[in-house]
Parts: sequence; structure tokens; C-alpha cells
Amino acid sequence: MDKIIIAEDLSLSYNNQEMIISKATLSINSGDFVIITGASGSGKSTLLKSFYGALKPLSGELIVGGVDLHNITTKKKNFLRRHIGIVFQDYKLIKEWTIEKNVMLPMIINGFAKDICQEQAVRLFGHVNLTNQMGKYPLELSGGEQQRVAMARALAHNPILILADEPTGNLDDYSSKLIWDLLEGSNTQLDATVVVVTHNIPSTIGVKYRHFEIEHGDVHEIS
Amino acid sequence: MRSLKRHFSLITALFAILFAFEILVIVDRVLSAYESKLSERYAIVVVSDHNLTLDDFNTLHSSIKESQPLSTKNEIEQIEEQLAVGTIDLSLIKLPYFYALTLDHYPDPDELAKIAQKLKKSGKISRVETFSAQHDTLFKLLVLFKWIITLLSYVLFAVTLLLITKEMRLWQFQHHERMNIMSLFGAPVWLRSGVLFRLAFVDAIFATILTIITFVLIDYSGWIDNLMHHIGLDIVLFSFASDPLMLLTIAMFLSTLLAVIITLSLSEEV
Repeated sequence: MDKIIIAEDLSLSYNNQEMIISKATLSINSGDFVIITGASGSGKSTLLKSFYGALKPLSGELIVGGVDLHNITTKKKNFLRRHIGIVFQDYKLIKEWTIEKNVMLPMIINGFAKDICQEQAVRLFGHVNLTNQMGKYPLELSGGEQQRVAMARALAHNPILILADEPTGNLDDYSSKLIWDLLEGSNTQLDATVVVVTHNIPSTIGVKYRHFEIEHGDVHEIS
Repeated sequence: MRSLKRHFSLITALFAILFAFEILVIVDRVLSAYESKLSERYAIVVVSDHNLTLDDFNTLHSSIKESQPLSTKNEIEQIEEQLAVGTIDLSLIKLPYFYALTLDHYPDPDELAKIAQKLKKSGKISRVETFSAQHDTLFKLLVLFKWIITLLSYVLFAVTLLLITKEMRLWQFQHHERMNIMSLFGAPVWLRSGVLFRLAFVDAIFATILTIITFVLIDYSGWIDNLMHHIGLDIVLFSFASDPLMLLTIAMFLSTLLAVIITLSLSEEV
């Protein structure tokens, strides 16, 4: 099975100061559904950031989608990110764009034709149950609705890897279930590798997942 | 409304810069026209025992543009009552030649003194009158105006820098989030900054049009024309042939520079 993420003795820190992740070794196969848990401030989000090149490894090896993130050029980083779908805890929607355009963003970046972008956006808005709100701006929606838009955006360009950072934190049950369903669906139906950072794993999760835990900078697999 | 607000701030800044720049250009035009007028009106009077042509004068000094022989008849007529008839004819024959020399530019006092000295030293000119007192006063006035214009240019440059810096901070704030998010999804720099450049391009055009309309209205209102007429100048204040292109070039340069700086400052953040 192809490995989509390989980390060997990976150490991460901000500005070379306190070590957040220390000599972590893990590998994630294509098609895996991975959940990373840990206490607040344990470095879950930091580890995820390193996967999409927002944080350069301090030492060790980190290869994502065949791209070595230690010595990565901007061009290669952009290339990698075009194949990743990211869901952020704070949504990161562009406020001055409609939510339809927000969802179309990864497709625009990947050079999809306009009509295909629109068709895909309509389909995804159906999945997140926001079809009748497509002309609205992010700030006109609730937090749960904004996260559903962010989820739709992460899936828009059919990425090979989906990274989700606390995608259901502070969301109502309805939005949380919808997002977990979509993540599971992307994994089972579209064969995407999914890595979710969360502090609570839902009891209803219906997919076989691998579970990593971060403790004191150490990453270890539980199941 | 959202979009208008975004455009308004840069258009206002660019308009202020273009307006001030065009004012400087116009004042410079007025000063040049005034200097040229002074140069046309100003003449050195020389006295010579020889009958000299313009070519003769040019060999004496190359900046002499025109030589006009002055008639002595009027002066003789004024004193004819005191002179006998024969003396008048004799005086007319004996009197030297008087010439009014026009130069091709308005010289500064030092240059004027050198010209006068050179003419005197030639041996062909017996006397030179430069009316230096009046000339120097006018020249100093002209220098003062030019100095004020230069000072204003520096002030304009400083204000331009301030306005552009302020705009830059505003743009950084406005576009930072969007460009970062686009970067997280792998957008190349040209795509991330596309909106910036489109905004810069559109705003430069709008600011230029607004400035042109303002100056056309001022020109058509006629009050500046009247003012110019009063001081004896007949010049084109706003040139439709060159000014719009010049204004557009400045606006495009400034707004593009702004977009480039923002793009470079935000290109490697995430």
C-alpha cells in the first residue's frame, strides 16, 4: 500500500524555541482514515500544519504525497496544497466572497472550467444542506454553517488527502454529524486519505480508523 | 457598496497625487511661458561705430537671436530746436549705430555681465546697456518662483510617499487574509495577487479620468484663461495630447508599484 505521509524522527517547533513535537515517527497509507487526539496544546494542530507545509520541520524527515517538506520550494508547496483539502478550526473563509465562490476556490486554483466549478459547488452545497444560501457571504451564516461551507470547499477539487483540524469543535450536533458523515464518505466512496485532529471521537463513527495520540510531544499509535 | 468602498480609498489617494502633479506641470508651463515672454521682451542696447549685421553679432556672441537697428532720428528731433540745421544733418552722419539685441534665452545676471563684457571687448562695440537693475529684479523673481515649484515638487513627492504607504498598510490589512487563504490552497503568486493588480489597474484608470474631468472643467470655466490673458500669456494649460497619457502613466506606475510591494510582502507567509 502506498504511503501518503511518512514522518521519521520528526521534530517541530515555532521559531526554534520550545519543542512541540519531538522525534515523532509515523506513516499513513493512502486511503487511511486517521484520527489524532491529544490534550489542548499537545501539538495536534502543529503536526497537521506541518503536513501542508505551513510549518517547516526542525529536524527529521517528512514526506507528504511524495514531496519532501524539509527542503520544499514554494512551487512544490503550492503543487502539494492543490492536492490537499484542508478544514480549519476557524473556517478560514474569504469574507468578501460569497460562499459559492469560497467553495469554488480550490477548483479555480486547479484550473477547472467555470461551469464545472459551478456544477460541483451546487452538488456540494446539496451535501452540506446549504443550497438555498449559496449567494450569501460567510458572515451571514452561523458557525456551524460556515464550517459546512469550509467542509464543502475542502472536498471541491476531489483531493487525495483531507486534513481536518478540529472540524467539529463548538458545532451543534446536526453540523457535527454532517461533517463526520462527509469525511467518512470521502474516505469510503472517493478513496481519499483523511486525517482528523480532534479532542473527541464521536461514538457513531462508522469507518475503520487508525488512532494516534500526542502526549508530551510524542506521537504514538493507539489502534 | 463593499466594492465601492474598496476602490474609493485608492482612487482618492491617486486623484490627490495626480491633481497636485498636474498643478505643478501647469505652473511650470506658465513659468516657462513667462520666461520666454521675458526673453522676447528683453533687449540689450549696444552702440557701435560700425554698421553691424546679425551675423556680425553672432560671431561676437552665439546667444544673440535678433538685432534691431534703433533709429536716432527721434532723439535728434527732440533737440532740434537747440541745434542749427546743418548741425542736425551732421549729427545724423556722425552719430554711431544703435542696436537692440534680443537673446535666445533669458540669461542670469552673471551670464548677462559676461555677454556685455564680451561685446565690449570685441572692439566693435563702444557701449553696452543691459538695464541690469530691472533685469536682475525680474530674474530673481523668476528664480524665486522656480524655487517654490521645486520645493512644492519635493513636498508632493513626500506626500505621495505618505499616501502610498498609508494605502499599502490599508491594502495589506484588506488583502492579507484572502491571499493567505488562497496560499493555503496552493494558489500561485499571480493568482493570489490577481485581485490586487485588477484593483490597481481599474483604480488608476478611474483616478486618471477623474483628474482629466476636473482639469477640463477648470479649463472650460475660463477663469484661468482670463488670468493668463491679464498677465499677457497665451498658453495651453491642459494639453489633451500629452497630459492624459502622462497622468495615466503616473497612476499606473504608482498603483502597480503598490500591488507589487503588497504581493512581495505577502508572498511567503504561510
